[in-house]
Amino acid sequence: MKYDVAVIGAGVVGSLITRELSKYNIRIALLERCNDCAMGATKANSAIVHAGFDAKPGTLKAKLNVRGVELMKKFCKELNVPLKNNGALVVAFSEEEIPHLEELLKRGEQNGVPELRIVKRDELKQLEPNIGDTAVGALVAPTSSIVCPYELTIAGVENAVTNGAEFIRNCEVTGIKSENEEFVLSTTAGEITAKYVINVAGVHSGKIAKLIGDNSVEIIVRHGDYYLLDKSQGTLASHTVFQCPTKMGKGVLVSPTVDGNLIVGPSASDIDDGDDVATTAEGLDKIYNAATKSVPAVSLRNAITSFSGNRAHPATDDFIIGSSDVNRNFINVAGIESPGLSSAPAIAEMVEGIMTELTGGMEKKENFDPIRPEPVRFRHMSTEERAKLIEKNKAYGRIVCRCETITEGEILDAIHAPAGARDVDGVKRRTRAGMGRCQGGFCGSKVVEILARELGVPMNEITKFGGESKIMYDRTK
Amino acid sequence: MLNYDLVVVGGGPAGMAAALKAKEEGVEKIVILERAETLGGILEQCIHTGFGLHYFGEELSGPEYAGRFIEQVEKTDIDVFTDTMVLNISNSNVVTAVNNNEGLMQFQAIAVVLAMGCRERPRGALSIAGSRPAGIMTAGTAQKYVNIDGYMPGKKVVILGSGDIGLIMARRMTLEGAEVKVVCELMPYSGGLTRNIVQCLDDFGIPLRLSCTVVKTHGKERLEGVTIAQVDEKLQPIPGTEEYIECDTLLLSVGLIPENELSKDVGVELDRVTNGPVVDEYRETLQPGIFACGNVLQVHDLVDYVTEESQIAGKGAADYIFGKKKGGKFINTKGINGVRYIVPQRVNIEGEEKLKLYFRVGQVYKGAKVVVECDGQILSSKKKVKLAPGEMENVVITPEMLKNMNENSEIIVRIEE
Repeated sequence: MKYDVAVIGAGVVGSLITRELSKYNIRIALLERCNDCAMGATKANSAIVHAGFDAKPGTLKAKLNVRGVELMKKFCKELNVPLKNNGALVVAFSEEEIPHLEELLKRGEQNGVPELRIVKRDELKQLEPNIGDTAVGALVAPTSSIVCPYELTIAGVENAVTNGAEFIRNCEVTGIKSENEEFVLSTTAGEITAKYVINVAGVHSGKIAKLIGDNSVEIIVRHGDYYLLDKSQGTLASHTVFQCPTKMGKGVLVSPTVDGNLIVGPSASDIDDGDDVATTAEGLDKIYNAATKSVPAVSLRNAITSFSGNRAHPATDDFIIGSSDVNRNFINVAGIESPGLSSAPAIAEMVEGIMTELTGGMEKKENFDPIRPEPVRFRHMSTEERAKLIEKNKAYGRIVCRCETITEGEILDAIHAPAGARDVDGVKRRTRAGMGRCQGGFCGSKVVEILARELGVPMNEITKFGGESKIMYDRTK
Repeated sequence: MLNYDLVVVGGGPAGMAAALKAKEEGVEKIVILERAETLGGILEQCIHTGFGLHYFGEELSGPEYAGRFIEQVEKTDIDVFTDTMVLNISNSNVVTAVNNNEGLMQFQAIAVVLAMGCRERPRGALSIAGSRPAGIMTAGTAQKYVNIDGYMPGKKVVILGSGDIGLIMARRMTLEGAEVKVVCELMPYSGGLTRNIVQCLDDFGIPLRLSCTVVKTHGKERLEGVTIAQVDEKLQPIPGTEEYIECDTLLLSVGLIPENELSKDVGVELDRVTNGPVVDEYRETLQPGIFACGNVLQVHDLVDYVTEESQIAGKGAADYIFGKKKGGKFINTKGINGVRYIVPQRVNIEGEEKLKLYFRVGQVYKGAKVVVECDGQILSSKKKVKLAPGEMENVVITPEMLKNMNENSEIIVRIEE
């Protein structure tokens, strides 16, 4: 298959790059080694659009974060992805930490972050009544927001596919040759040629760069564990509550999510295997202890799940974005750790700029549609809206996931959407079926049934998340 | 708006028994709203026998037990909506439900019976470290795959938790050709019925490891193994006791949680121990006209007791509808010294009928006494050969016992060793 551009990796950055490039009359393939998009760090991070006070002034991280915050509003509006501006607090738990806050304030102002201020204990207590008693003050960042990272990614891929990009799943790139001004990619989904390659392979971007002999991309896999708490805990904090940052990152945060849960994490430890997303008992203990310092009412009795993600930490400590020295038509977009999600729209814009420069200008599509239609969200509707919806389509009258009130109609939409769901976790990320307190105990088998029916395969071929993650084996005796 | 005397939320054994009892008492317009495709609730997937020994005096399978009630419901004019999910109950007893046939429906009820049952505690609530591959599920989900869908979820199985569903599934998976390597139980005793330990584990040579838990899961896409470890008195894993067990499936039977989201929305007060509503002896919650019975009220181990409890609720609802419910003076019941909770939590001291207080103990007792007392007076004391958390117990309260009580009295049930 021949393309103008091959984007390797369908995380949030790969998704938004593909979507930006789908504005142009070029053939684009988004290659993903897993069975769905958003399968790496994108599905397991803090889900924060950071205000931008943390990154060192002058770095790409600083520049793209602040620009990303601005662009995120436009992206989320066009892609119909909920974005909630809840503000952030960096809390000092002793007088000695106050200078840290002042340092962050100064840095933030240099980076161009608006409205930053430091508050004392009393005002902090008013802003966040459940904050721990040892808190003495906090940096307030009103422009910080929360967003669902995989929803943004899925929406981006859907919109890109609607605009003509191709999404190729189960396509792991194993070799790249450069022939006649083209790249020939050997993949698990066959040979693919492209004039330009954009390497957005997350923790594996170093490995992908090496395939063309570029050894400059050095990625350290930084592992982080998280807890997700029941919606009954979602109001324990209204802001995203940070502690003072350390060398290993922004530290443990406690934050509401856009869906109304409470997220706690991450831990930080460097590991070797980028695919090892097993949670660790030590990591989970650590984040729980840290979280209860920030918000003592956090209780694991209400944990609905724990998970972990691997951030691609660049050895240089800054994003690596630009043409490779080995071949300028090969663009590295690597080391996108925090604030990667926040920066993603700005990174996409930057890569669009690089591509424009490399190609000498691309022709714009006349019929590019920036809008990804808003999916049906039965749970957010009024009684009248629900009645009307079911009258139009009866599948919306059948509740499949009782914890989150998700209808069969929404699951059908998720499967039949552009780049739709192919496995149980894919349905879960698109609809929230199985995301609630019973974690799919009841609806899991119904989702398997619907997937099998709609994809026309037997139930025992349906997987949790592709590969060998089959849910059932043979028939019973 | 559809007008009914009684709306029953849930068409499992609890909902059906409550509806039938109310019908027998003369209630005219009754509707059962059931989220599954058929009536019967979880019994439909419990194809093993052991149901009905107390109530029918014979040993039935789950579907047979449910079938007897379904038949009775069909013989009455009780309306039934299956595949119908209740979305909300308002505090004026308007029940909003939805299905793909009638669409959105609103029922105005005089009385409501909550009979939504319970759900299984999932893995996430346990904080087991490790990977999150396919092959980890609750025992009840596996039961549905095997008994309803006809698929095996795995071949080499470890079961965490010795609740009844876990024990039943150990036998079921073995009969289907899987190898059940071990059942691990965090507590020093099993949470299941003794008869299930004998019939489902001992008879098949499946080891039960007490004071033992799963500390880590392994495998990226499909489960490849688990690490288990012994735990100390504080239920913390003891370093050095870890053991790796190869398996492709981990079934969880680690507790049941009454599904009270609807109850909470309408403001029904819940008991912190049972996670079910606080009720009086008629099974009425603190919200007038809203009754609760079955596993949504307290997790039962025998469906026979669910039926019994639901008939009380059905009678209570009927009395309420006919304006017959006695005012009376209500006092609290309280479990202490090993008695974890009591249902009902409130008793009418002007009541004229014998009633039972149901309870569970917090640990295993041998030869201990169950003592009921009030205002320092012992009302009854009975020696029991064995008391275990897995088996629900009850004590009888007679109208005579209530005679000398006043509004400030409290009925206490305790264990005396």
